[in-house]
Amino acid sequence: MSPISRGFHRRHEPDADPSRVPPGQYVTADFPVLSAGPTPRTALRDWTFSITGAATPKTWTWDEFQALPSEKVTTDIHCVTRWSKLDTTWRGVTLDTLLGQVEHTGTFLLAHCDGGYTTNLPIADVLGGQAWVAFSYGGNPLAAEHGGPARLLVPHLYFWKSAKWVRRLELLDHDVPGFWESYGYNNYGDPWKEQRYAGD
Amino acid sequence: MPATETADHVDGNAIGGLLLEVFGTEMTAVTGRCGSCGTASVVAEQTVYLRAPGTVVRCPACTAILMVFVRIEARTCVDLRGLAELG
Repeated sequence: MSPISRGFHRRHEPDADPSRVPPGQYVTADFPVLSAGPTPRTALRDWTFSITGAATPKTWTWDEFQALPSEKVTTDIHCVTRWSKLDTTWRGVTLDTLLGQVEHTGTFLLAHCDGGYTTNLPIADVLGGQAWVAFSYGGNPLAAEHGGPARLLVPHLYFWKSAKWVRRLELLDHDVPGFWESYGYNNYGDPWKEQRYAGD
Repeated sequence: MPATETADHVDGNAIGGLLLEVFGTEMTAVTGRCGSCGTASVVAEQTVYLRAPGTVVRCPACTAILMVFVRIEARTCVDLRGLAELG
């Protein structure tokens, strides 16, 4: 049996522009829920978001985070389990805004999430309007099963990098593999180069 | 479909084939002890998350990760570090 594909039902969208679909992906209208553990449900009054590590540490409460400038994002997302979803709409705070509020020297980050999940990213890939901490999807508060109250959104990389339930970014001067990366998934995860696994 | 299946997880019976492939023997009746909380549970009763880039098996008592299996093309990466004991 395959331990990976169970539970997925491919609903292809035949009208999708093929130039928007990375190699090996199919387009779905659904938003499949992937999870490696129970869904955390953190009350907003208890939720904080922090930057630590090679930075002046900073923590925002939910209200403080909501007061930051946010923007609407319309983007395509690509999951390493081979589904892609086009024109998804989010609202979030750019990592440019968040990292702009601390002094930092890091060149990598490790995102830490409720439930213990981690994923790693180069800082260069989260600046320049490439990444957000998103708290809204489709005009509604981000549902817990999709990573709410807030998740990373790094749509130019496979979606495992867009960590659900993100609570802390640890800035580092060296790269540290995250959860799936330590089990053989690609350290970078460019869907257009089909970097699914280590060595791709 | 196992009786305990919910929207996001199944029980250990669902990965009997995978475990047979990895260990070369029937494993669902084997007991594993959680390295985090010490709870001993039969593999068939453990909590399994399949809808992910890999298969994650968690302690039914404390939800700590017991085992992870990731299929990378023809290879299967196996992590048993969450278990204090298996067998």
